[in-house]
Amino acid sequence: MQNTIVGIEREALENIEQACDSVALEQISIKYLGRKGVLTGFLRNIATLPEDERPDAGKNANLLKLKLEKAIQERQLKIEAEIDRDFRGIDVTLPGRFARRGSLHPITQVAGEISDIFLRLGFDIAESPEVETDYYNFEALNIPKYHPARDMQDTFYVSDNIVLRTHTSPSQPRVMEKAKPPVRIISPGKVFRCDSDITHTPMFHQVEGLMVDKNISFGDLKGILTTFVHQFFDTQTALRFRPSFFPFTEPSAEVDICCVMCRGTGCRVCSKTGWLEVLGSGMVHPAVFENVGYDTNQYTGFAFGMGIERLAMLKYGIDDIRKFFENDIRFLRQF
Amino acid sequence: MKVSLSWLKSYISVDLEPSIISEKLTMAGLEVEVAEEKYDYLTHVVVAKVLDVNRHPNAEKLSVCKVDVGRDQALQIVCGAPNVRNGMFSPCALEGAVLPGDLKIKAGKLRGEISQGMLCSASELRLDSDASGIMDLEGEYEAGTPLAQALKLADTIFEINLTPNRPDCLSMIGVAREMGAFTDSGQKVKLPLLSFPEGKIEKESIHTHAQVEILAPDLCPRYSAGLLFDVKIKPSPFWLKERLEAIGLTPINNVVDITNFVMMEMGQPLHAFDFDRVAKGKIIVRRAGSDAEFTTLDSKTHTLQPDMLMICDGERPVALAGVMGGENSEITDTTTRVLIESAYFNPVSVRKTAKITGIATDASHRFERGIDPDGTVNALKRAVSLMAELCDATIAQGYIDAYPEKFVSTDIELSTTALNTRLGTDLDADAIKRILESVEFQVEKKNEERLIVGVPSFRVDVTRPEDLSEEVARLWGYNNIQTSYPLVPAEGRPLSPKVGLRKKIRQILTGFSLSEAINYNFIHENSCDRLNLAEKDKKRNVETILNPISDQMSVLRSSMIPGLLETMKKNNSQQTPSVRIFEIGKIFHATQKGVLPEENEMVAGLLTGNRSEQTWYSKKAEIDFFDLKGLIEGFFEALMIRDVKFERIEDQSFPYYQKGYAAFVKSGDVLIGTLGKMDARVLKNFGLKQDAFVFDFSFTAIQDLLPGSITARLLPKFPSISRDITIIVNSAVAVGSVLKQMSAFSVREPLIEHISLFDAFEGPPLSEGKKSLSFRIIYRSGEKTLKEKNIQKIHEALSKMLLNEFDAYLPEL
Repeated sequence: MQNTIVGIEREALENIEQACDSVALEQISIKYLGRKGVLTGFLRNIATLPEDERPDAGKNANLLKLKLEKAIQERQLKIEAEIDRDFRGIDVTLPGRFARRGSLHPITQVAGEISDIFLRLGFDIAESPEVETDYYNFEALNIPKYHPARDMQDTFYVSDNIVLRTHTSPSQPRVMEKAKPPVRIISPGKVFRCDSDITHTPMFHQVEGLMVDKNISFGDLKGILTTFVHQFFDTQTALRFRPSFFPFTEPSAEVDICCVMCRGTGCRVCSKTGWLEVLGSGMVHPAVFENVGYDTNQYTGFAFGMGIERLAMLKYGIDDIRKFFENDIRFLRQF
Repeated sequence: MKVSLSWLKSYISVDLEPSIISEKLTMAGLEVEVAEEKYDYLTHVVVAKVLDVNRHPNAEKLSVCKVDVGRDQALQIVCGAPNVRNGMFSPCALEGAVLPGDLKIKAGKLRGEISQGMLCSASELRLDSDASGIMDLEGEYEAGTPLAQALKLADTIFEINLTPNRPDCLSMIGVAREMGAFTDSGQKVKLPLLSFPEGKIEKESIHTHAQVEILAPDLCPRYSAGLLFDVKIKPSPFWLKERLEAIGLTPINNVVDITNFVMMEMGQPLHAFDFDRVAKGKIIVRRAGSDAEFTTLDSKTHTLQPDMLMICDGERPVALAGVMGGENSEITDTTTRVLIESAYFNPVSVRKTAKITGIATDASHRFERGIDPDGTVNALKRAVSLMAELCDATIAQGYIDAYPEKFVSTDIELSTTALNTRLGTDLDADAIKRILESVEFQVEKKNEERLIVGVPSFRVDVTRPEDLSEEVARLWGYNNIQTSYPLVPAEGRPLSPKVGLRKKIRQILTGFSLSEAINYNFIHENSCDRLNLAEKDKKRNVETILNPISDQMSVLRSSMIPGLLETMKKNNSQQTPSVRIFEIGKIFHATQKGVLPEENEMVAGLLTGNRSEQTWYSKKAEIDFFDLKGLIEGFFEALMIRDVKFERIEDQSFPYYQKGYAAFVKSGDVLIGTLGKMDARVLKNFGLKQDAFVFDFSFTAIQDLLPGSITARLLPKFPSISRDITIIVNSAVAVGSVLKQMSAFSVREPLIEHISLFDAFEGPPLSEGKKSLSFRIIYRSGEKTLKEKNIQKIHEALSKMLLNEFDAYLPEL
C-alpha cells in the first residue's frame, strides 16, 4: 500500500513538472485531486485495508494531498511568471478589423435637431404633400393669382393649378382645415423653387411652424423663436426681429441672428452687416383664418418658417448649398 | 430700389449719420441692403493750388505745372487744359485715385515730362457737365484739403430691398415720409411746388386739342393728361442727370428724364406722347379686342390678347397701358408737342400684360403693386412745370382728369384691446394715435378703446385693423415688444409614427454602414427608358414639370432607382468605387390631369464595389446578391418584422434587374418591395461600369407590418441538442422550399427549436446537376434535459421526409 502512495506521488509530481500551461495543470489537478481523482479514490479505499494499516495510510494520503496541492500552486505561479516573461506580445499598432458605421445626411440631422427642440416645446409634427394645388400653396395663404408676392418665389408648375410646393406653408391651411384650435405643429419637408446657383438649389428643405389659440401674441412668437434660436445655436446668440412682408402673416417679421461666424463684427458670410437672416415669421393673417373657417375675433396665432440648408450651412461651415445633393460619400461621412 | 440721401433731403430734414438712417429704415421694414458713399471715388482727389505754368517742351497744347497739394514739395503735373493759370485752385487727382469710367491715376511721363497726378475738369469728376477745362474752384482754399470736404460733397445711396406690400415707398417722397416718422420732430414731408410757372401758360385750353375717352373704366379708373407746346428736346441739365444717375437710371433727353424724375420722386409712372403723332388728338383707353400686334418703343413686336388694356389714339393703339409706350408715338428729337399721361391702371391687368409680353418696366412694377389713386394730378402738374422750365415749352391751359370710377377710402375701426392682444403690448389710445399719425394716417380717438383711422390714399396695403397693428408694431419697434411665452396645457403628445419609423430605419441602416443620401425629386426625362421600363409600366406615368431647370430635372421621380444610380456614378467618378447608400423619400405617379399625383414614400438603397478591401486580414472581395439580402434580413429582424420571404422574380415586371437575380420581398401576402442586381444594360444606360445591388421598399408597407407590441419570451432552462442532416438534391431545388418544408414539419414537433442551413455545395465530387445541403437542427424541451432517445424518432422522420419530398439521397460516407 505504501508503494502505491509512493507510485502516485512520483507520477503526479512528474506530471505537474511537465505541465506547460494552466489548462494542463487543471487537468492534472482533476486527475489526482478531483472528485473522481486517483488520490480521492485511494482515500475512499482505506476502509478496505486491514485495520492497523489504516491510520498510516490515511495520514500519508492526506500528506500527499497537501504536497500535491502545494506543487500545483507552485507550478501555476511558474507558468504565470513565464507568460509575463514572454515580451514579444502582439503589434497593437496593426490596424484593427475596422467596423464602419454609416452616416446620416446632414439635412436629416439638422431637421431632427430642429424638430426635437419644438417637440420638447409640445409641438406636433404634421406633414403635407410635396406636390400641391395652387389653392393650398398660394390662395389659401392670401396670395391670389397675379399678386406681386408670387414673384417672391419662382414656382415649378406641373399643370395650371398644380405646383411643386414653394414652401412648407401649405401645411398651415391643411392642418387648420382638419383641426380646431388650439393648434401647435411644425411641418418639416422638401420645397421647390426654380432657381439654381451656389446659394440656391431647385429643391431644399424647410420647417414650418404654427401655433393658434386664444390670446397668442407677437410677444409669444418672440418668446418661442428666441427659445428655439438659443437652443439651436447657444444662449449667447443675439436676435433681432425686423419688419418684413409675407402675405399670410400680419405683422410679419424676419428673424436675424448675430452672425455666428464673426459674432457681429461683419464678415463675408453676413455681407458685413453682422446679422444673418434665419427665419421668417409673423402673426397669422386673418384672411388665412377666414379661409379655414377660424373665428378671427376669438383666435390669434403665429407662424414661422426656416430653411434647413441655411441652418446646416451655418452650423457646419458649408459655403455651397449644392454639396447637400451631390451625395459624395466623402462629404456625407463627415457628419 | 436705390434712393439718394441728398435727394431725400429735399423733402425732409435729417441730420442723422447714414449708418443710423440705414439701421432705422431697416428696422421700420425698409431693409437697406447696401449703403454706398456716392463720392467715394474722390478719395484721392484734393484741392491743388497752381504755382507755376510752363509750356511743355514737346507738345504745343500741353503745359507743365507746379502745384501745391499740401505736401512738403510741389508736384509736377502735365495739363492740357486751356484755362490753367497761376494761382488758381483746382481739383487734383493724386496717384491711386480711380475716377469715374475706371480711370486710374498713376504717376508717369507725358511726352517726356514727369506728371505726378491729374488736374481735373468738373466733368471728369462727374460734378458738372463742363469739360471745357479744369475746374476752377474760385475762392481761397487750403491746398491739400480733400475735395469732397472742401466742396461739402456728400451723398449716400441706399439700396432698399422693398417688400411688395409697400409700393408707396417706391419713390423718394415715400421713403422720406418713412424717415419723417423716426426724426425727433416727427415732421411731415415737404412736397414740391405744383403751380404752373407764370407766363408759360397759353390761352388755348387743352380741351380744344386733346380728348380722353375711357372705354374700360374697370381697368383704368383714372386718366389725367397735360399738354405742352414748343417743346425743345435736348439733354437734361446736369442736376437732373445727376439725380437719375445716382439711383441707376440712364438720362435720355429732357422730356423722358422728367417723366422718370417725377416717377422716382412721387411714385407715379408717367408717359410722354409725341402729340403730333397722336391721331385726331384723341386718347382712347380700351381693351385690345381685335388688335393683333403692337410694337413697343424698344422696337419689339408683341402679340396682343383681347383683354389687354391699350392706350389708343383716334386710329390705333399707341401704348401698352402701364407697361410701355409704342414706337409709333414716342418722343423723338423733332418732337414739339408733348402729351403727358398720368393714370391709374388696374394692378392685375398690368401684371397680366407684363407677364404675357415679358416686359418689366419701372412703370409696370409700380402699377402692379398699386399706386396712389389720388396722385395722378399732382404728378402731372409737377411734370408739366418741369417741362415748361427745362424744355423751354409752353403749357396748354388746364389739364384733363378723366375719373369715371372714384376711389372711396374707408375708415378702419381699431380696438386698442385687440391690437394690444395681438402684439403683446400695452399701448394706450394716444400712443397708438401718435404712431399712426407719424406716417400720415388720420386718427380720431373715440375713447380709450376705439379709434377711427383714415387711411391715406397711397397706403394701398392697409385695409383692416391687423394691417394697422403691423404699422404700430414696426414703428413702435419689434424689439421693444416684450418677449413672452404662451400659456398652454401640458398635454402629452404622441410622436407621429412615421417620424418614429423613419428615425428607426435610419438608425438601422447607418448601423449597417450605409450612408444616407438625399437626391432631387426630379429626374431626367429619359429615366424610364434608361430603366428599360415596358411601355405600360406604371412608373411611366410621370408628372412632367412645365418649366424645368433642365432636361436632367424635367420629371418627378416615379422610382428611387435613377437617383441612386446617379449618386453611384458621381461617387465612382470621384474614385470612390465602394458605395453603400440609402434614401428615404417620395415617388410620384401621375393620376388625372389637374389632380394631385399619388405620393408614395419609399426606402431604397444601393450597394456597389467591395464587401471587403485588400487588408492584412482580408482579401478584396466584391459585393454580391447575398450581401444585400443578408443586410435586408438583418434590417427586417431589427424592425421585428418576422417571416419576411424572398420570391424570385420570374416575369419581366422589373426589367431593370438582371434576369434571375432579383426577388420580391414579402411578408405573408403583403408585398414590401423588391431587391436585386441591376441589369447590365441598365447600368450601361446610366454610364456605370460596375455591378450594383439595389433594394426598393414601400415605407407604408413596412409601417403596416410593424409589430404592435413586444412580449418578452422566457429563456430556456434546459440545454439543447443539435443534430445535422446533409442531403443531396437536384441543383434546381431552392433552399427556401426545403426550409419551408422543414419549418412546416417543425410546427408538428415542438421539440424542434431551430433549423438552419450551414453549408451548401455544388461541384466535384458531386455529380453534375446535384448539390449538397447541410442543415443543423436544434432540439430542446421546456421540461427536461433531452436525451438521444427523445429525439431519435423525430430526426429520422425529418430525414425521411426530406428524402421523399425532394427526391434526395444521403451522401456516401
